[in-house]
Amino acid sequence: MTGELQMRNIVKTFGPVKALQGVTFTARPGTVHALCGENGAGKSTLMKILAGVFEPDAGEIYLDGQKRTFRGPRDALEAGISMLYQELDLAEDLTVTENLFLGREIRGRIPFILNRKAMIDQTVQQCRLYGFDLNPLAPVRTLTTGQCQIVELLKALMRKARIFVMDEPTSSLTEAEAQRLFEIIRRLRGLGMTIIYISHRMEEVARLADEITVLRDGAVAASAPASEMDIPTVVRHMVGRELKDYYPARRSNPGAVLFEADNLKTAEGIEGISFAVRAGEIVGMAGLVGAGRTETARAVFGIQPLLQGAFRWQGKPLVIASPADAIRQGIAYLTEDRKRSGLCTILPAGWNMTLPNYPRIGMRYLLRLRKEQTVCEEYGRKVSVRWSSPSVRAADLSGGNQQKLLIARWLMAQSQFLIFDEPTRGIDVGAKREVYQMLADLAEQGKAILMISSELPELFGLCDRILVMRRGRLVADLETRKTTPEEVMHYAAVEEPRR
Amino acid sequence: MNRFAKQLLPFCSLIFIISLWSFLEPDNFLSFRNFSNVLRRSSINGIMAAGMTFVIIAAGIDLSVGSMLALCGMVGSAAMLFLSGASWSQIAGGNYVPLTASAMFWGTVIGVLFGALCGWVNGTLITRLKLAPFIVTLGTMSIFRGITYLMNDGKPFAVSDYTFLDIGTIGPFPASVVILVLVLAAAAFLLNYTPFGRYVYAVGSNPETAFHVGINVPRILTVIYTLTGACTGLAAMITTSRASSAQPTAGISLELDVIAAVIIGGCSPSGGRGTLTGTIIGTLLISFLRNGLTLLDISTNVQLVVIGAIIVLAVTADQLATKRQS
Ligand SMILES: Nc1ncnc2c1ncn2[C@@H]1O[C@H](COP(=O)(O)OP(=O)(O)OP(=O)(O)O)[C@@H](O)[C@H]1O
Ligand SMILES: [Mg+2]
Repeated sequence: MTGELQMRNIVKTFGPVKALQGVTFTARPGTVHALCGENGAGKSTLMKILAGVFEPDAGEIYLDGQKRTFRGPRDALEAGISMLYQELDLAEDLTVTENLFLGREIRGRIPFILNRKAMIDQTVQQCRLYGFDLNPLAPVRTLTTGQCQIVELLKALMRKARIFVMDEPTSSLTEAEAQRLFEIIRRLRGLGMTIIYISHRMEEVARLADEITVLRDGAVAASAPASEMDIPTVVRHMVGRELKDYYPARRSNPGAVLFEADNLKTAEGIEGISFAVRAGEIVGMAGLVGAGRTETARAVFGIQPLLQGAFRWQGKPLVIASPADAIRQGIAYLTEDRKRSGLCTILPAGWNMTLPNYPRIGMRYLLRLRKEQTVCEEYGRKVSVRWSSPSVRAADLSGGNQQKLLIARWLMAQSQFLIFDEPTRGIDVGAKREVYQMLADLAEQGKAILMISSELPELFGLCDRILVMRRGRLVADLETRKTTPEEVMHYAAVEEPRR
Repeated sequence: MNRFAKQLLPFCSLIFIISLWSFLEPDNFLSFRNFSNVLRRSSINGIMAAGMTFVIIAAGIDLSVGSMLALCGMVGSAAMLFLSGASWSQIAGGNYVPLTASAMFWGTVIGVLFGALCGWVNGTLITRLKLAPFIVTLGTMSIFRGITYLMNDGKPFAVSDYTFLDIGTIGPFPASVVILVLVLAAAAFLLNYTPFGRYVYAVGSNPETAFHVGINVPRILTVIYTLTGACTGLAAMITTSRASSAQPTAGISLELDVIAAVIIGGCSPSGGRGTLTGTIIGTLLISFLRNGLTLLDISTNVQLVVIGAIIVLAVTADQLATKRQS
């Protein structure tokens, strides 16, 4: 059989952590193979081994029945394996064409002079071949995340890739971009490529997958064609139990207004933003990527200075000039970009958790390391972080566990007003439910919550009200009971700018 | 466990160097006198390296410490001489001036405080002007040295009575070694047992995250450079005491040894990583290395080459170790 990929009995340990314990995985050409599993199950590790980033402790990789060893990502790339990472590595300042031909430019007759025209022509031609919609001369900086992914895919296609690994590719895409990516995936499948697709969004798995493999604790829990395994079964294999009542039952009884923002304007392009959040209330914030939701959160948390506007706390004026002010006031902000502004990846996970919280855990002047460890373990349990101990580096936690770590950090801060920006990004179905429950409990305790999310179902499942933003403005303030997803989308939608 | 493994290499190198010298030069090297000498010399580098450890963990660098050492020595000595009632012509002429105990004490304090001031200037320039620490301290390195030469036309200040920090003892121990131990203990405490220490690591590992969790990044950086300045001031007074005078040429290329000690001890130049234990090992390694090479009659020029090569090796080892991890 041509193009078949087999990974046999792959074992990988990181110190005491057994990330993979004998995984056998087969992916056939012309199929989309979904890889599911809880946070820390070993999905990314397995794929990094395939992409040559890690060397396995034991086990073999076969391509077309031939044994292969990859000494580095370059080897894997040459063998036709392409991995779409979450952090895309394109040269921001170069154009689409320049990125595609980086390191393999077409040269003209005169030495050292590049044949620009030929490269642009080829780009256009390739785009047409695969039905991509890209401006070959656009600098990558101006592209959306979705378009960058397309550039990466095209780059891989031009290097003759046959196996495409996508690790949570939709987690930072807009709905429309995600749809476009699905189309592309189907087209690649039609061309006989193999797509290995990792996602925590079960509806995507249901829509795309031909085959599904479920990993659990570093071993294969189940592997079957999608037609023989429905989503509830997948979830049961993932978490080992049936999940029902996805969203917690909430009786909404908002109290007095806790936090008010009045006519906010910042240099990041938001203007005229006014809203109020009551104690015990969960307010959702919907909008397309780039609508100004994160920018609003940054203004409230003192990251971006206000050009105009004011805050009130229980009706009294409140000055927030820095995150330090906000935290002191009892405001927390869970960032959407955990690598850039959430974590100190090379520091121990426990340190990351306690960093803003020393005064709250009785260590304003002096650390007590033993007690710190206990506190971290306690909060780790609350959000079920999977770690061997709080002293592992944050970088060594799986993506979802990093997210849980940050949630634990802000739980520890005992804040009164919590802003959660895409809180369920990258966390598994079981943990998602736990996070929803946690948010509901926080509201029950009388805290105010602002939840930014691109997933409408979770906004509708959890929130009392939904604010909708569009192009830096707050365009609607809707009561969840009296609105519909269609109405929210109607307010959020803008005609997409043509480039 | 990892931290331990990281210090294993410098520690083994230290043992290796000591064994090597013991084998090559058993008579001169293996004497109590020599060891106590090396330790006393280490005290100057060690005190400065303690401060530099904070700077480098915070992803900074301070190239100005060598010049700062000379400047603080000059300022501290001048203060001592004035406080003992000497006139400017006596001071400038390098005449013998008897120093009073209180003048020596306050002169020392002024030297240390002046170091803190110099460090504060570094920190303020770096954070206010948002310039790279490398550039700022390269500039102040030249500025400090220039002022030092200007103070007395390139001539030293003589403080012959100022001997305590050199030959004085506290109990049975040399005063300078006691001071070194105290400084290291204080630094270790600050770095490992206070929130401030954590903030230093956080700022070095990801300043954006540090800002997001409410750390006042410019203030932390300014404090770090000020502390390093104070350490340098203290080291300057020990240096002055050893030479019985403040030399404007003191500490030329000393920043090399100090930074080398810190990097060899496992601090990562890209920030967020390092320990004081490592710095102590690094300092001793360099001191013993220089001591042995000197005993073997190898010129200081060759020593420069050797130390430079070791820095490059240490950084390479660090990079390899980091790469393997991720
Ligand atoms: N470099 C590393 N060093 C130590 N442990 C690691 C390293 N990388 C991953 N691990 C551990 O290996 C296990 C599997 O991690 P992996 O990233 O493969 O999980 P995942 O299935 O991708 O999870 P998620 O859905 O959260 O992304 C986790 O327990 C993780 O902590
Ligand atoms: Mg992962």
